[in-house]
This record gives sequence, structure tokens and C-alpha cells, in this order.
Amino acid sequence: MLELRQITKRFGDVLANDQVDIVVKPGTIHAIVGENGAGKSTAMRIAYGFYTADSGEILVDGQVRDIRSPHDAIALGIGMVHQHFMLVETMTVAENIVLGAEPGSTLALDLKSAASQIRQLSEEFKLAVNPNEPVEHLSVGQQQRVELLKALYRHARLLILDEPTAVLTPLEVEEFFAILRRMREQGKTVIIITHKLSEVLAISDEVTVMRDGKVVGRVQTKETNAAELARLMVGREVLLRVEKPDAEVGRPELEVRNLSVTDIFGTKRVNDVSFEVRSGEIVGIAGVEGNGQTELIEALAGLVEPARITGEINFEGKNLNALGARVRRELGIAHIPEDRHRRGLLLDFSLAENAILGVHYRPPIAAMAGSIFLDDNAVQRRASEIIQRFDVRPPNAALPARALSGGNQQKLIIGREYHVDPKLLLVSQPTRGVDIGAIEFIHRQLVSLRDNGCAILLVSAELEEVTSLSDRLLIIHNGLIAGEVDPKVATLEEIGLLMTRGH
Amino acid sequence: MPKLARDLLFPLIAVVAAFIVGGILILLVGDNPIEAYRLLLGSAVSWPDGIGYTLFHATPLIFTGLAVLVGFRCGLFNIGAEGQLYIAAFATAWVGITFANLSSWLLIPFCFAAAILSGAFWGAIPGVLKARFGSHEVINTIMLNFIAVALVSYFTQYHYKVPGDPILQTAPIGAGAHIARLGKFVPGFPERIPLNVAFLLALLCCLLVYVFLWRTKWGYEIRATGSNPFAAEYGGISIRKQIVLAMAVSGALAGMVGINEVLGYRYRYYDGFSDNYGFTGIAVALLGRNHPVGVILAALLFAALQHGGIYVDGFSEHVTKDIVQVLQGIIILFVAAEAFFKWLVGRRQRVIGTQHVNLENPVIVSKEI
Repeated sequence: MLELRQITKRFGDVLANDQVDIVVKPGTIHAIVGENGAGKSTAMRIAYGFYTADSGEILVDGQVRDIRSPHDAIALGIGMVHQHFMLVETMTVAENIVLGAEPGSTLALDLKSAASQIRQLSEEFKLAVNPNEPVEHLSVGQQQRVELLKALYRHARLLILDEPTAVLTPLEVEEFFAILRRMREQGKTVIIITHKLSEVLAISDEVTVMRDGKVVGRVQTKETNAAELARLMVGREVLLRVEKPDAEVGRPELEVRNLSVTDIFGTKRVNDVSFEVRSGEIVGIAGVEGNGQTELIEALAGLVEPARITGEINFEGKNLNALGARVRRELGIAHIPEDRHRRGLLLDFSLAENAILGVHYRPPIAAMAGSIFLDDNAVQRRASEIIQRFDVRPPNAALPARALSGGNQQKLIIGREYHVDPKLLLVSQPTRGVDIGAIEFIHRQLVSLRDNGCAILLVSAELEEVTSLSDRLLIIHNGLIAGEVDPKVATLEEIGLLMTRGH
Repeated sequence: MPKLARDLLFPLIAVVAAFIVGGILILLVGDNPIEAYRLLLGSAVSWPDGIGYTLFHATPLIFTGLAVLVGFRCGLFNIGAEGQLYIAAFATAWVGITFANLSSWLLIPFCFAAAILSGAFWGAIPGVLKARFGSHEVINTIMLNFIAVALVSYFTQYHYKVPGDPILQTAPIGAGAHIARLGKFVPGFPERIPLNVAFLLALLCCLLVYVFLWRTKWGYEIRATGSNPFAAEYGGISIRKQIVLAMAVSGALAGMVGINEVLGYRYRYYDGFSDNYGFTGIAVALLGRNHPVGVILAALLFAALQHGGIYVDGFSEHVTKDIVQVLQGIIILFVAAEAFFKWLVGRRQRVIGTQHVNLENPVIVSKEI
């Protein structure tokens, strides 16, 4: 169906694709896997006409084709669904689907025939959506179906899906895979770009593995396993499961009593939540994103105005409710925020200046107690310690944080928060958008911090991550704690049900 | 490209481009652009008057440029330097008049304090309003400009004018409040040129602002707030405090214009003295890329234009000194165009980089876009 031959593409100094060969057989689901920056999206964007390759050729149905724009690609029956949906929220499903390919004459838009065509397509592929519903009323999973319909409406025979499951809940992923299988039955070809190995194994027929812009492996899904794929992706053996000794639990560090948090619009996001985190244990919070996790962590970190909080937050027996973020840090609370660009980093500041955020005002960074001057030697020393210990690359403290990859930015933040030897660590989505190799490293660091007696509260949208790291697991649904399970014995189904149904 | 070269390149392009466009306009009016530019810039480098007056005109622009810079670095747009400098100039004159009999050793520090503190006070008002109620500093500083100008006019007219004086100005300040003109120290430099110690103070302020912003924890907190208030808050920095502090420092710097004007030049408060220094300060800060050294260079350029404008007026047939306004306007346009250009380049880079960025942090990207 689609073949890329010797595709090479450079962006400035970066060789994004280096003589890439990919063969996708018709009627199959083909996974392209690799770490961030491995070049998988670049290759697919070339196939879709977003970029033109510096050299190499693209064959569609065995013929060399010149694809210069998405328009050419669509004409050849290639459709692409981007990770970030390109939908106009205020328009209806039908209007979105026909946008750019409007039926009818130039002046009169024939939405009726479009709607009936869409209905036919959604029946054929069991993509249940109402064509007349405005897109803003749809869930993320439904919006994705609209994107699929958009491609099908344009007679796509090959669909390229870029990280399609990143935004879906576990249940939605299951439904989505069912849709993909139906599409395969109907003779469509699907390319799925991902870095989640479990999904690759669950859905694909064939896998192409990329690393550093090159194709490093082509395997039949039936003949491979997660460990082999991870090794190909990273280039070395990777521990997928976190190895950790049993927790040696100490006294309670954090005690939360009947905590409720309201957002700025007056909506209650956390509702009467009580739990405790003891030293030496990792307490995980699992839940579908947007169920109050963000507000909970920010309230604990002192980033929510006291007026929006009811209940009690106690740390080592001391009430924190009225205390600001600075005092909480001084007491020994560190925080790895979920959104590193918004909260965690000053993107235009150097790594050195980022390394001192939160301790910038006290010795040794401020030359002495009470001094207003920053001690540049101390700043540089701290930065280079963090950079070395957490292997931040490139190891240049003068670079702006913006210049780093996501994984390295995350390592810098984690390094900064570890450097203060916290008694309590609040950590959200520690490995979001981070490469497999770095994930393993970050997980090991969390466990070692726990083993040194730190109390850790971990929020993650990755179920596997929270279940494998946590000693106890709380499930949050709609701002309420829906239950507590033992992550060693609970099944993913059990947890998934609590996450989505709340009981 | 090294950072320094890159920092200099864009402002330089903006200035050169402005002169080219200005030259075309002069041609259209019917004059010789080269001759007009010779008058405009040639006069600024003549010794001693050209250089003396250029530096004198540059003094208030350095102060207001720094004032706007400090605001910008905290993410605040202080359009109120004009009002702050009026309040401060009047306060300076008030101290100079009221305590006229004190010795210089006391009176000059008092007057300095009056300029700095009153400017800081007037600047802090919109800071407090923003920190407390979230009302936007742009609106409030603009409105406070009107209030300031009306207020000092009122006091001058009804309380501090010498009866019978047809000019709207206060009585003179005590002789003890006068600060030295540079002609006193520089051989061959006439004392009639009003360039005074305030110019040296302006240069000192550039150094102090640099040290403050980049070498102290307070400066770090101000810049962090300006760069990403959410991250600053996360780092335990009180954003409200930084907003008030930055606006007060900004107002204090603008207020120091009063030292140049009242203690070093007219020795009284003269109503309407400011030649839009507060607003030109915005241009100075922008062209100077919000860096103290850039502010000095940009202030010198604008001052030279201002001084040369008089010569253009006097010696060319059609072009008037309005050409200075035109050039300043075009420079700002091009500086603003730089931001536009960068935005364009940035957008292209983002498209190219999406593959990287998207995968790195899907949620963040979707929030930003």
C-alpha cells in the first residue's frame, strides 16, 4: 500500500530521517514505534505531504508518487489524524467533516447529503456520532471518531494515526481498538504512531522500530514481545517493571482531613478527601485526568488561595492551610508539577537559574542570611551538581531551559526538587512525554527516595506507572476518593472501573 | 551568531530601515535627504553644544527607559512614567522651595529622596491596584498620567506660582538645592549648557538596575515573575509583592527625571516641561531590548535626533523638525515588526518542531495552542 524508500530529511543540523525504509502492507495495522525524536512522525508527515523529503521516494500502490502537500496525499487515498484534533469546536460534526471538501455547488452548501453520507460511514465502521451535534459537546473519544470520519469521508484507504491513544481513557482505548479492527476488516490500512508498547502488541500486525532517525527493526507483532521492542527502541536492555523492596513505613508525614478545593469559578473539584502519606511509602493516586488531581496537588503545595480550601492539611502535625508555597518548601515539601512548562520551569531562564528556583532567596544561593546578592559560585555549583547527578543533557548550565528536550527538562526539575532532601514529595505525571530510558531512571530515583524515608504522593495518568510504583493506591473520581486498593493484587480492570464509575 | 551580535542586529536594522524610509519621505517633500540627515545628525556630534545637548536630552530618556525596562522585566507595561515624572518633579521643587534655607548637604539629599520616593509612590499605586484587585496596569497608569498632570498644574497655578508671573511655573528653589552643571568640572565645556550631574546619576542607575535585576534575589524574583508567573508562584515567590515592587522601582526611576529637570536645569517646577519623556521611554526600552546598556544607546540616538531636529527646522527648505517624530515612529514600527518577524519565524519553527514538541508533552502543547 505505502512504501517509503531511502527517505532522508534534515532540519538544520538535525538528521530527522536517515535513509528510512518503511513498507506497509495493504489491509494491515502497522505500528511505528520509537522514542521522542526518533523520527517517526517526521516520516509520516513526509508521507502525508506536510514535509518534502530531501531525498528518497514514496510509493503508493507500487507506483512512485510525488506527494507535495496533504492535498496530494488525500487524492491518493491517504488520511492522517493528528494528535491534536483539528476541529472547529462551535461547528457541528457534519460541518467539520465537510470542511475543505464541501459538497454542493459553490454557493449552496449541501449539508443534508453530507449528513446522510456521514451516517452511512458511521454505520459501516460503527463510529457512533450524531452529525448534527456541535463538536464542543463531544467527549475526546467522540472527537477522535469525527477525525476518523473526516478521513474516511475523503475516501482514505490508508489512515495515519499520530499517538491516537494519548488522550483516551483505558475504556475508550478498548473501543478505539475495536474501531481499528473493523476498519482493517473493511480493507483499510492503518498506520499507528505510538510509544506505548502494550498497545503495539495489542493492536498491530507489523512493527517498524525507529531510533535516532533510522529504522532499527522490522518485526511481526506475533513474533516479538515488549522487552525486545524496548531494547530496539532504546538500544539497550530496559527494565520495564519497577523493582522495589517492600516499603519500610514510618510515621505519617502528610495528613489530609476532609479536604475540599473549589476552583476559581466556584466549582468543587476536590470533595471531602481524607488520607495520609507516611514516610517511606509511595501513595499513588490513579484517576482519569481532570477528576481533581491537579487541584488536590496544588492545594497541598500551597498554590491555591486558602479561601478556596476547606478541611485540614497537616504536615508533621503542623497545620498548613494558611501557609504559602515558600513556607511549605522550607518545611521540607518538594513538588514536581504535572505541567513542567507552566509550573515547573522558567523556559527563558538558564538551567542554572532554573536550578535555584525555590531556594534562590536563602543561603547558600543568597550569599548569606539576609543578603540580597546571589552568589554566582553557589548557583553554578548547585546547577552542575544537579546536571551531573541527573544526567541532564546537554550538560551546559548556561543554556535556556527551552533548549532542552522534555525528558531532560523533567530531569532538571526532578534534580532540583531532590536536591533539597524533601520529607514529602508531591509528584504529578513524572514521566509524561519522557523517553523509555529516562522513565526507568526516574522510577528508580523515586523508589530510592522512598527508601531513604521520604513520603511520596504520586499522581499519574499512566495506570501501569501508578500501580507498579505505589505501595498503596487511591482512586480518585469526580473529586472523591472512590476507593483504596493494594496495587500488588488489584487488577487493571478493577482499578479502571473505579476510575470511570467511581464505585 | 553570538548573542551580542544578535542583540545588536535587530535594533540596528530597525534604525537603518527607518532612516531609509525617512529619506524617501524627505525626497517626496522635495528636500535632499543626505543634506537633511547631515543637519540632523551632524549637529549632534559638534563640540561642545551638540554633544552637550545630546547628553542633556538623553538624561531623562535614560531614566524613563530604565523605568519601562524594569516594568517589562516583571511582565508589566508601565505607560505611566510620564505621570510619575511629573509628580516627582513637582515634589522635588516643593522640597526645594519649602526647605530653601537648608544647606546643600541636607537639601540635595532631601530633594533626591523627594524625587525618588514620590515617583515610587505614584508608580506603586497601579502596582497595588493590580496586585490587590487584578485591574490592568496599562489602564491605570494611563489614567494616573492625567491625574498627575492635572494635579501638579493645579498646585502650581493656585498655590506655588509667584503672583503675577504669566508663566505657569513655581517659585525658584533654594540655591542650596542646585546640583552642578558639568561645565564646572570639564575644561572647555561652557556652563550655559544644562548638562548636569543628573546625567552621571543616570549612568549610575543603569549599572544599579543591571546589578539589581541580574545579581540580586529581588531582581531574580522580579524577572521570574515576568518570565512565568505560574512558575514563580510555584517557586514560593509572591507575585503580588513583585508587581508592587517592580512598579515602585519603575516609578522611582521615572521620578529621577525630576532631579535633572528641577535641580540641574530650570531650578523650579515648570509646568508641561516633559517632552513626552515617559512615552519616549517606552521606545527607548524597546529599541534597547530591555537591557540597561541598550537603553543608554537608544536614549543617545533619540536625544541626538531631538537636538538635531532644531537644525533641520532652521536650515532646510521644506522638512521641519517633525521629521524626528516621523523617524522615531518608524523606528518603533520596525522594532515592533521585529517581534512580528520573530513570531513568524517562531511559528515556522514550531511547525517544524511539532513532531518533537507534541510528543514531549502533549497536554502542555495543546494548552498553549
